[in-house]
Amino acid sequence: MGLRVLQMVFCLALFAPILTPATAQEFKLAMSSPPTSMDPHFYNLFPNINVSDHIFEQMVAMDADSHIIPKLAESWKLVNNLTWEFKLRKGVKFHDGSEMTAEDVAWSLDRPATIVGSPGKFDTYTKAIINKKIIDPYTIQLTTKEPYPLLLADLTSIYIVSKKATQGISSDDFASGKGMLGTGPFKFVKFQRDDRVELERNNDYWGKKPAWSKVTLRFIPNDATRLAALLAGDVQAIENVPTPDLAKVRADKNLSFYSKVSHRVIYLYPDTRREKSPFVTDKDGKPLDKNPLMDVRVRRALSIAINRDAIRDRVMEGLSEPTVNLVPAALFGHNPSLKPPKYDPEAAKKLLADAGYPNGFGLTLHTPNNRYINDEKIAQTIAQMWSRIGVATKVEGAPMSVYAARGAKGEYSIGLLGWGAQTGEVSSPLRAMVACDNPAKGMGAVNWLKYCNQNMDTVLAKALTTVDDKERSNLLQQATAIVIDDGGVIPIHQQVTTWATKKGIVYIPRTDERTHAYGFYPQ
Amino acid sequence: MLAFIIRRLLQSVAVLLVMSLLVFIGVYAIGNPVDVLISPDADQIERAKVIVAFGLDKPLWLQYFIFLKNAVTGDMGRSFAYSTPALALILERMPATLELSSAAILLSIVLGLPLGLIAGLRPNGVIGKSIMAVSILGFSLPTFWVGLMLIMVFAVQLGWLPTSGRGETALLFGVPVSFLNWDGLKHLLMPAFNLALFNIALVIRLTRSGAQEALMQDYVKFARAKGLRNSRIIGVHVLKNILIPIVTVIALQFGSIIAFSIVTETVFAWPGMGKLIIDSIRVLDRPVIVAYLLLIVTIFILINLVVDLLYSVLDPRVRLAESKG
Repeated sequence: MGLRVLQMVFCLALFAPILTPATAQEFKLAMSSPPTSMDPHFYNLFPNINVSDHIFEQMVAMDADSHIIPKLAESWKLVNNLTWEFKLRKGVKFHDGSEMTAEDVAWSLDRPATIVGSPGKFDTYTKAIINKKIIDPYTIQLTTKEPYPLLLADLTSIYIVSKKATQGISSDDFASGKGMLGTGPFKFVKFQRDDRVELERNNDYWGKKPAWSKVTLRFIPNDATRLAALLAGDVQAIENVPTPDLAKVRADKNLSFYSKVSHRVIYLYPDTRREKSPFVTDKDGKPLDKNPLMDVRVRRALSIAINRDAIRDRVMEGLSEPTVNLVPAALFGHNPSLKPPKYDPEAAKKLLADAGYPNGFGLTLHTPNNRYINDEKIAQTIAQMWSRIGVATKVEGAPMSVYAARGAKGEYSIGLLGWGAQTGEVSSPLRAMVACDNPAKGMGAVNWLKYCNQNMDTVLAKALTTVDDKERSNLLQQATAIVIDDGGVIPIHQQVTTWATKKGIVYIPRTDERTHAYGFYPQ
Repeated sequence: MLAFIIRRLLQSVAVLLVMSLLVFIGVYAIGNPVDVLISPDADQIERAKVIVAFGLDKPLWLQYFIFLKNAVTGDMGRSFAYSTPALALILERMPATLELSSAAILLSIVLGLPLGLIAGLRPNGVIGKSIMAVSILGFSLPTFWVGLMLIMVFAVQLGWLPTSGRGETALLFGVPVSFLNWDGLKHLLMPAFNLALFNIALVIRLTRSGAQEALMQDYVKFARAKGLRNSRIIGVHVLKNILIPIVTVIALQFGSIIAFSIVTETVFAWPGMGKLIIDSIRVLDRPVIVAYLLLIVTIFILINLVVDLLYSVLDPRVRLAESKG
């Protein structure tokens, strides 16, 4: 088979069509990672979602601050504790001109569960719905098994596709444009895998029409090259400005720089459960009989020994927000009474002495080195700060693929990770990171070291079935406070996402790190 | 000759088998793809489902056995991340890489040969010396850095060439290629030069030493004595004789250029196989990694076979039947 292709490629001909030149109002944008599929229900992966957002829409969506806003559903109400009724926007057309109705919505909610070969399906967000009832073409009722306040947040992840266009086609087919009929601000033109997606403006869009008639999303994973593409004018905007070049970008008069606190928290997770932890030793490297991390005083000492402001100023070039919360201030469930502790190595030393470690101990901090902004550098900095209070810390960094494989097996004593609250509330990190491990209920999916606090679990469980927003918010804040006081996880900062554009182009930065061509417009 | 080819092909199958086993174990040792691939919001039950769906719950030997069974029928498995057949995914990107590699080889011949000849003919002149000095840079500068420098100078500072990507492509027998239109060519130039740099230096060195050696030979002296024009001596007699080793090296280099275009493709966001393999390793997309490496091994085997066959055609003294490993 390889041979035949080789032959084909080597047979050269002389003629080829000449392609049309670029038009005005064209906008080129460089993204940092390519999507793996065009099917909006195929794979719950950031680059895929980023592209889907241009073409498809959900019933409800997140605004730039991760608050839920109406999109294809104009309004909704709770009929009873279990049933939600959605009124759909009338007169919304798919890109082929056909009208979007409740039929398409029901189809789109069923479809994620039927996708085959996906490493991360979207039915995470549809499985709470046990019944769908179409009342009329513009009204649909959804029923859940138990009171489920997260339904709206979940629905922000489900794109509405045309039933007519996607019936009977596979996820593969979407790459050629089949089924790529959404209701969104842009129409799909072409997908060149790993290279670009071309789009054109949907002139019949029901909402605010984008400023650009033609958009090209380029995929340039290499940081330096992406910035060079902006400097050379090949693209008019980029996402994820490389940190080493921040100062240069800010100083450049031809560029504009945008940033926003992201929903992604960078945190440490200590081993609080095992008497003997694999990477906790005395200062000579001999294993310890009792794991000091089981003592809450030690965990608090480690937290206040981290100079979060110094990490922001020196390592992150000012682009991080020190925190001990799990979500940024704008998000649901943020606890304003939890303030980052004052950096206090003396107090930390005292706490350690109280816990019975006046001379400290030895520790290895494990970290990924290609996943989060400056991940290994942050770990190195923390290791130095800990060594100052007597905890002799080594750092072991690994690519995420290697790191996660070992981490998921619970092989570390303390590690660094990040978590983005995709559903826009703190229940997302609480459920995944710190809830007691319970596979049957889907709790503690990344709680690799099996931290467990029954108090917190009870409060969280109550919050997850409380539909009243105010009460739920209180419960979630309470749950967060319990975990943080207990040192179950040690948050360091919220990441800050960055964008840069040519002068004269404005961007509305988003908490959820996404980059939308329609978020850019000329000044 | 036929017996030779058959034996070589059988050997190749054995090489492929060993290679596949090594790669399989290697990728398995790195970790479980599901830990990196799956969306973070998925819970444990969904993870378990994915693990079963991808067959990762089975013991390694069974996974390998299933892989072999499918591989015999030409099925290298489906990519985890893209859910398309791994081989198709690689072949889809192959034209881009082959085009880049061919352009690089072409550049190294077009630039390397004449420069090497000049340096060989005037080894003590200023031009000859400077060519050699520059060729040392070609060997020693890291491709990654040179690529970024090229982008900074020719795209950002001078604005002559686009920074990255593949540009417009045109279909040639159903295969998209860049070199048939101006925009595509502009995109091709810098990455091809970047990839060619090492080989240009290599060809310069080979040509120079070959030429210097040839100039001492009796047949050159004799030609001179006969009063042949210098251009004819160099262009025909010398060049013909020094070309054989150069052709061999270039042919072998072609294989490694394809295999090692990874760095250049990453720097220039060139959508070829090299970039695919990097992305696949990052998420442990095992079927793609295995299929890619086996394909590269196959290419090397084929190239070596062709080189051996060419030898026997060029030089009757080489006997294939004796093939001494």
